[in-house]
Amino acid sequence: MRPRSLILDVTVELVFHTTLLVSLWLLAVGHNLPGGGFVGGLVAGGGFVLRYVAGLDRRDPRPRISPEALMGIGLVVAGCTAMGAWAFGGQLLESGAVEATLPLLGKVKVLSPLFFDAGVYLVVVGLVLAEIRVLGDEASRGASRGVGREEEPA
Amino acid sequence: MVALLLLHVAVAAAASLAHRRLGARVFLVCAVAPLAAAVWAAAQAPEVTSGGVVTQSFVWVEQLGLTFAFRLDAFALLMVALVSGIGVLVFVYAAWYFDHTDRPGVGRFAATLTGFAGAMLGLVLSDNVFGLFVFWELTSITSFLLIGFDDAEPRARKAATQALLTTGAGGLALLGGLVLLSLATGTTSLSGMLAQPLAGPMAEVGLGLVLLGACTKSAQVPFHPWLPGAMAAPTPVSAYLHSATMVKAGVYLLARFAPVVSPETPWWRAAAVTVGLASMLVGGYRALRQHDVKLVLAYGTVAQLGLLFAVYGLGTPEAITAGCALLLAHALFKAPLFMVVGIVDHQAHTRDLRRLSGLGARMPAVFVTAALASASMAGIPLLLGFVAKEKSLDAWLHSGLPWGAPALGAIVVGSVLTVAYTARFLWGTFATKAPGELAGEPVGPGAARPRAAFVAPAAVLALLCLVLGVAPWLADGLVVDGARALDPESSATSLQAWYGVNPALWLSALALVGGLVLFAARRPVERLQAGVPHVGSAQGGYDAAVAGSLRGAGLLTGAVQHGSLPLYLAVALVTVVALPGAALLADTALPGGIEAGSWLQVSLVVILAVGAVATALARRRFAAVLLVGVVGYAVAGLFVVQGAPDLALTQLLIETLSVVIFVLVLRHLPERFSDRPFRSSQVLRGLVAVGVGLFMTLFALVALGARSGPTVSEQIDRLALPEGGGKNIVNVILVDIRGVDTMGEITVLTVTALGVIGLVRAGRRRGQAPQVPGDPAEDAP
Repeated sequence: MRPRSLILDVTVELVFHTTLLVSLWLLAVGHNLPGGGFVGGLVAGGGFVLRYVAGLDRRDPRPRISPEALMGIGLVVAGCTAMGAWAFGGQLLESGAVEATLPLLGKVKVLSPLFFDAGVYLVVVGLVLAEIRVLGDEASRGASRGVGREEEPA
Repeated sequence: MVALLLLHVAVAAAASLAHRRLGARVFLVCAVAPLAAAVWAAAQAPEVTSGGVVTQSFVWVEQLGLTFAFRLDAFALLMVALVSGIGVLVFVYAAWYFDHTDRPGVGRFAATLTGFAGAMLGLVLSDNVFGLFVFWELTSITSFLLIGFDDAEPRARKAATQALLTTGAGGLALLGGLVLLSLATGTTSLSGMLAQPLAGPMAEVGLGLVLLGACTKSAQVPFHPWLPGAMAAPTPVSAYLHSATMVKAGVYLLARFAPVVSPETPWWRAAAVTVGLASMLVGGYRALRQHDVKLVLAYGTVAQLGLLFAVYGLGTPEAITAGCALLLAHALFKAPLFMVVGIVDHQAHTRDLRRLSGLGARMPAVFVTAALASASMAGIPLLLGFVAKEKSLDAWLHSGLPWGAPALGAIVVGSVLTVAYTARFLWGTFATKAPGELAGEPVGPGAARPRAAFVAPAAVLALLCLVLGVAPWLADGLVVDGARALDPESSATSLQAWYGVNPALWLSALALVGGLVLFAARRPVERLQAGVPHVGSAQGGYDAAVAGSLRGAGLLTGAVQHGSLPLYLAVALVTVVALPGAALLADTALPGGIEAGSWLQVSLVVILAVGAVATALARRRFAAVLLVGVVGYAVAGLFVVQGAPDLALTQLLIETLSVVIFVLVLRHLPERFSDRPFRSSQVLRGLVAVGVGLFMTLFALVALGARSGPTVSEQIDRLALPEGGGKNIVNVILVDIRGVDTMGEITVLTVTALGVIGLVRAGRRRGQAPQVPGDPAEDAP
């Protein structure tokens, strides 16, 4: 194994969680400020890319859910939100809002498009993770072990 | 009616799960679905047979006029009686047929069979022609799955494919025909269509295509070879799909159209009758030389379907009544005959008539069942088959057509063949044979006797042949009223068991005697058939068509997919430049007064241009990727300057991730681009590149000045906050105003990603090991 850079390791560990938090923030405020599910998902994906580049993935593979499943869940979340409007007698994708007063945060208004956007977010994160895995991880592991390595069942 | 169809679906779903617990008894559970349909149909019978109709409909796709409209008239009642009534018996039979088999596919088989029963029910009840088409295709697909039940057996797979290809091609013809007919008549309702005169070129082409579809489904010459092949399926499938119901779908369509079309469109009538007669003769002829008793019956089915085509195709009121009688009679004798073959196969483990011997004495109940059904098939008096055949001959005797006599002659010859192959079947299955007629060890006396319950479904049907033969007026509600639903002019007189000594009777007698003579001379006949050279077989035609299309596809792929990535790109780019580019030059209106908004814009554009040129000049792949990144970041900068933070953010992130992914891929590619010695190809590439660049610039400029209507963005601006509830207009567009687009995009994204994952892994699995960085590797082809 190539020598590791301690500074890179530590920096990435520090930045990684912040990146995820920022991505969630982008997702949450996207309806009113620059951001949204797509951008948020890309930022989170960037965080995972950092971990991959630093080589932290191999010590602690994260997340433990498969990227394909993540994309599937995202599609289901978005689809269910879109169709959820039917349950309330609306048209496909018609938006609705829920207002609630939460401790610490105060009055919060949640719009149904947020959940739709969350689906987009999951799809994008899954996409980035899938690419890292297929083009990066599997390939380099395959290279280190030679030809004919068995992939996990697709 | 919708509820009945949903019941079939639900039972099918339950069957695949319940099989593990119930074993073969799962078929008894499945029988609930057709039983419910039969009971429902019986409850509607009083209203329907007196000329009423029961309808129900719900809209599927309003804009396309796609409605699931269901309509039960007396003819549909006849079909439902066959589909669901015989269906119940087939399911009961299957429960014994699959007894003691631990084959894993039985649950799936039961589910598919139930699904087929539902599809067939939908087919005969559909009034919307496109609904009918959907069910038609569903029966083809379930038939494919059922024929291919032995999926480890290459023969079964080939037969299933052939059935699917033949009936599927016919299905396409049918769809084309139905589209033309609905355009010509302006309605998608089958009953509405038939209430109008179907004349004019468009309607006639449509009718021809519908007839073609019907021919493939009902195994008419020259499409018939799939039906004998389909005998690879387990016997319940042969008894149900390939004799009593699915193959009748073509006949069903013909019956619906014939009363309206045949008298008006002579060529259509002639085509239907000719195909039918040819099938009857070919089927009967081929049946006489089969050694597998199931194949004897299969070719017999081709022949009987041919007779149905010839009779319905005639289309006179008399012929329609005869056709309905024949339809009922055929289902009632052919289904039990197949069941008998299944019983024999199940108990004696062979269907070869050169090995079966002495089964008549061993299984008397089975023999009596088969004898009754066979007698009906041969058209012997006091059985339903006789009544139906008398009616058919009578209809042709009174056709009044100039070519009625030769057609009648062909039917009589066909009937002779029918009697001969019926005798061959009965003798071949049950007779105690002389040693000279056996090949190999005789099987029979030692075969285990079947259980009573196994024989019961076949016996019930055979008994019906007899009961309805003696008292045919009991079937008036199905046959006579069914015929009147097709053709109001058909006579309302009830069926009789005996029509007195008339010309039709003499023809029947002639057929009987001729057939028995032919049977008695079976050995010379077999020798003769073996001696006749086999010219132009339909199976050969099918094989040649399949091989030809595969070869053609190979040639086409070889010509179009040459595998050179630069060439693919060049084709796509040159097309873009040539087609829309030419249109652009023909009508160009450049907007005046384009000026830079700020010095920041100009400097970003300079960076962008430098990056782009440098990318093209770069000799190292990694440098090229980074320079493309420069272009991307410069574009993001332009977005910022223009006040689009969302776009800029997205562009920056995408650029970053792209570079990372490029790097991942680059590890497997050589460090430098290969040096091409050909200067001419470089010049060519340069030309393409410059052309695309010019085109895009021109396009962007023209697009700016091309707006002819008011912009939609003001509306969006107005709607975003009150309706979308968001201040970020880009996000409101993505998740709300154009949310369906986004839904589609993330779906495409996911599917593409899965495809890429699959391709990358598949490429690796084929042994193309990923190269370690620095390894000498060849350029990507």
